[in-house]
Amino acid sequence: MTIPASPLSASPSRRAWQRFRRNKLGYRSLVIFCVLVVLSLFAEVLSNDRPLLVRYEGAFYFPLVRDYSEKTFGGDFDTPTDYLDPFVRAKLREGDNWSVYPLNPYGPRTINYFAKEPNPSAPSRDNLFGTDDRGRDLLAQLIYGFRLSVLFGLALTLIGVVVGIITGAVQGYVGGKTDLAFQRFIEIWGSMPELYLLIIFSAIFAPSVAVLLLLLSLFGWMGLSDYVRAEFLRNRQMDYVRAARALGVGNLQIMWRHILPNSLTPVVTFLPFRMSAAILALTSLDFLGLGVPPGTPSLGELLNQGKANIDAWWISLSTFAVLVMTLLLLTFMGDALRDALDPRKADK
Amino acid sequence: MTAPTLRTDVSSLPPEGAELARGGPPLRSTASTTSTPGTDMSCLLDVKNLRVSFAGKEVVRGIDFSIQPGEKLALVGESGSGKTVTALSLLRLVQNAAISGKATFAGHDGSVDLLSLPERALRGIRGQDIAMIFQEPMTALNPLFTVGEQIAEVLQLKKALTPAESAQAAIKLLADTGIPEAARRAGSYPHQLSGGQRQRAMIAMALACQPKLLLADEPTTALDVTLRTQILDLLTGLQQRNGMAVLLITHDLNLVRRFADRIAVMEDGRIVETGPVAQVFDQPQHAYTRKLIDSRPARDVVEGRADPAAAAVLQARDLRVTYPLPIPGVRGWFRKGEFVALHGASFQVPAGQTLGVIGESGSGKSTLALAALGLHPHQGQLLAAGQAWSRDAASNKRIRRAVQVVFQDPFSSLSPRMTVEEIVGEGLRVHQPGLAAGQRQAQVLRALAEVGMGETQFPGLLQRYPHEFSGGQRQRLAIARALIIQPQLLVLDEPTSALDVTIQKQVLQLLQKLQRERGLSYLLITHDVDVIRAMAHQVMVLKDGEVLEAGSVDEVLERPQHPYTQTLVAAQG
Repeated sequence: MTIPASPLSASPSRRAWQRFRRNKLGYRSLVIFCVLVVLSLFAEVLSNDRPLLVRYEGAFYFPLVRDYSEKTFGGDFDTPTDYLDPFVRAKLREGDNWSVYPLNPYGPRTINYFAKEPNPSAPSRDNLFGTDDRGRDLLAQLIYGFRLSVLFGLALTLIGVVVGIITGAVQGYVGGKTDLAFQRFIEIWGSMPELYLLIIFSAIFAPSVAVLLLLLSLFGWMGLSDYVRAEFLRNRQMDYVRAARALGVGNLQIMWRHILPNSLTPVVTFLPFRMSAAILALTSLDFLGLGVPPGTPSLGELLNQGKANIDAWWISLSTFAVLVMTLLLLTFMGDALRDALDPRKADK
Repeated sequence: MTAPTLRTDVSSLPPEGAELARGGPPLRSTASTTSTPGTDMSCLLDVKNLRVSFAGKEVVRGIDFSIQPGEKLALVGESGSGKTVTALSLLRLVQNAAISGKATFAGHDGSVDLLSLPERALRGIRGQDIAMIFQEPMTALNPLFTVGEQIAEVLQLKKALTPAESAQAAIKLLADTGIPEAARRAGSYPHQLSGGQRQRAMIAMALACQPKLLLADEPTTALDVTLRTQILDLLTGLQQRNGMAVLLITHDLNLVRRFADRIAVMEDGRIVETGPVAQVFDQPQHAYTRKLIDSRPARDVVEGRADPAAAAVLQARDLRVTYPLPIPGVRGWFRKGEFVALHGASFQVPAGQTLGVIGESGSGKSTLALAALGLHPHQGQLLAAGQAWSRDAASNKRIRRAVQVVFQDPFSSLSPRMTVEEIVGEGLRVHQPGLAAGQRQAQVLRALAEVGMGETQFPGLLQRYPHEFSGGQRQRLAIARALIIQPQLLVLDEPTSALDVTIQKQVLQLLQKLQRERGLSYLLITHDVDVIRAMAHQVMVLKDGEVLEAGSVDEVLERPQHPYTQTLVAAQG
């Protein structure tokens, strides 16, 4: 039953993928982006103020997964160990003891109390990208901030896509009065001032990533649902849908098996652009101070710091670079995807 | 849609129309140019070794032909033979194509080679010396301008008439083409005209500058059969009056026989045969020409009266189908009007026989198909496999198993994102959900074999996607999808009208074979008298939602009673 995939017998999505791969810029952007995201998922291993592994007086310790009291390493207090403390560091180097530190020995919230310059301190051997105005390592913040932004963007896009597809599919397939009512609802809903609502909500609720995700999701599905609706309206008239109905296939099956796969082109095309929009939204809200709670590593907050400390060029410059790179990669991917799915360019 | 007022005889045209349109003395006497070869018979257009290729793929492979002034040459071939590209490349209207060869045209200012002429000079020839009409007038006319404006634009550009003059001339031109109330129609937008009127407006626009050569690319294909004759007569009349040459591009041999002087048969980018129409039709030399001429579908069905004991598969009495129609204004808020697409239809499809339903677009024949399939609500009695359609999906399921469908467009009737196995096996998923995957696959293969498709021709057939198949093969897939659940009745909604003639013949043969072997009944819906003649036992003629005439195929086609049936049969005879 398995047939070697000749270029002829490839499914439409497979052919689109082959067209996508032929676009070097987009394909490389995708590879780089995936590598960066995977790396950032292991941010704890890359950038942390705790050693990955400690060998202390004949025993192994894993500070990354467990908290150890300072007493374990010969300290005086029964508090979690501060592994940046010169006393602890010295202890961990005594005799046969050794320890493996991450590449960047700072977490996103670690304050470097031992910086040689006042905060924000310029890039140095200790802090490769310098510190921000509270003495936190900038590189660590960028890594964690990038991860948060990308995950937030993914989550927001995913929710928007799922809700958008469902509402769009129902409107387009059922049509008639349902469609009419839904369209009017979307018009009313879409005319709500999103930013004011966010300000109001941030005053009522304690800010958190989850609340932010919920609020932005409430408004993020509408654009997509219009496209899916149009696709469903078009595709439900097609003869293959009629043929399926004549065969007695149920409505849900028709929507799922027959129409949906043929309606996903706009959804897929817009994915990277929606994601970059989501990242930008989070960044700008953070910049305004309406976003994630204080202390959370975020690109927007860093930009705000950069604005407040113009002379600390390393803050704004490196944040700006990370942001531009992320959005650029997404845009290149989106462009390539749009070309790959363009029906007019099919099968060149 | 077609108003009866459209039927206009060319000879009854207002005489002053012709005068103004030519801007000179009336030249109706030139009508004889076509029949008598004049003394001065240098070629109007002489094409030598024309080659057109797209991205390295040659579509037209070195063809030669010539057209004399006032001659009607038909370029005939199936889709993909390169006939339209040939015409477009003469005016260099094809994009991204590499054109080579020579096309010497005797224009206003001496002979020129169309293929090497500078773009600027060529623009002077387009519309002026060589005009073109297209297949689909709805897309060839700009929807945002009135037809009068569009014709006037040509006159202003090519003849430097003032806007007022050109508007007047446009009305005259429209009147020339037999459009009633030409002054009012000139102010209409394309969508306000019927299909036939639109094509007439296109012709008026093409003839605005009295071109020496008219390229007509399938000018009647998008039109109903009765309109085709009218447009053809109009073209003949105008051609004779103006003494212009016509290059007619078509796949329709009836049209060629009726219209052209000479014929050139194109196959796969080459001209395989050329000669006077009568000679080519009587003694075709090339095998492909013979195949084309032979492609008229042959009748090969089980004849005889239906077994009166056997119950009819589909029975309708006073069938009435309506569509909701919005009422303008406040009244429309509260109730809907209705458009009656079909009313008072009574018929039955006997077991193992074919009921042919013939009609033009808008006659309600496709509505009839949808109602028979239970896909559109209806009033009156309609029994499919002895059971009436209901609102209940579960009780309909039994009828669905007995009544299946094959649609017209082989491209939209198969989901592009499903494999052949998924498409053909869909019916089994619904009607035999308990079937194991292996058994289902075996049944799919059996159904495919029955429509003449197997793994030997198409390795990996089951995992292929529809885009890899040609139109005829797709139509076979659609038939296999319907057959797999062993229906009693197939509703065939124009099953072959999107196919080339030779493919059409093959598909019809397949359908005939299936009927003979399986005793299938067909409800065959078509606009093509030839298809009816080959397939049907009973015939029903529909027009504007009404049954005009019904009876056995011999009665209706040989001795049509209703005048409409008579024109229909005559138009294709």
